[in-house]
Amino acid sequence: MSEPSPETEARRIAAEERDRVRFEEEALALADQVYRVARRLVSTREEAEDLVQETYARAFRSWKSFTPGTNLRAWLLRILTNLNVDRGRKLQRSPQTQPLEETDYFLANKMASAAGEDALETDEIVERLSQDAIVSALSEIQPQFRDVVVLVDIGDFTYADAAQILDVPIGTVMSRLHRGRRALKQRLAQEAVS
Amino acid sequence: MSGDPCDRCEELLQDYLDRTLTDAEWHEAESHLAGCDYCARRYRFEETLRRYVRTTAVERMPPGLMDKLAELRGLDATA
Repeated sequence: MSEPSPETEARRIAAEERDRVRFEEEALALADQVYRVARRLVSTREEAEDLVQETYARAFRSWKSFTPGTNLRAWLLRILTNLNVDRGRKLQRSPQTQPLEETDYFLANKMASAAGEDALETDEIVERLSQDAIVSALSEIQPQFRDVVVLVDIGDFTYADAAQILDVPIGTVMSRLHRGRRALKQRLAQEAVS
Repeated sequence: MSGDPCDRCEELLQDYLDRTLTDAEWHEAESHLAGCDYCARRYRFEETLRRYVRTTAVERMPPGLMDKLAELRGLDATA
């Protein structure tokens, strides 16, 4: 056991510092994309900002546990979704009833008739939906379904990434995604009717 | 109801748009959609709605957050 020479030690520290700086820069370059997902996982902008800051604080502290060359965005989102669960999002009020299983066509027809048409002219029905309607419909979906819809349909994560982030099997991601999208349409249809 | 080609096409809708169908299923959906305006409209609707949700639900990072994040740099695991 020979002690490393002071020069070797200094070089090691300098190399580590460079790795850390590179990690931090790569992580910060993804901040906008991370925020985008965070914003739709919680109710308010303030919560999303807090959540992203906590995520980056934890990421910067534990940067050495990230494996270079793997998906950094997914790694950050995994921290974020875990923190979000820790924060006790169970406190967030959301209807605990299971969404009724209405089929995709049924829901499309329902949205068309809510808009007062039978033929389902896609653009017209969709463009009638306001940003508020979509945001509030998303926020009303049960968290376990919403998380998957937000990761895949807004965050552009693959099924495999989403499975890794949420620590569930890929089949679970797919079934939650399908149900979550239907739940979203159901809420949009309801809003359009009321 | 089983055996109705439109029901079957509806089952394939989400995976079709996610591009996760097998080749055989994809051909099945394609050949039905080519001759069925009812299903084709519903597929278009789903696709447009998804695109609309994606663009509408996106909110950019508030100004100032990036600076706050940058201030966190250099945090030490042992601190």
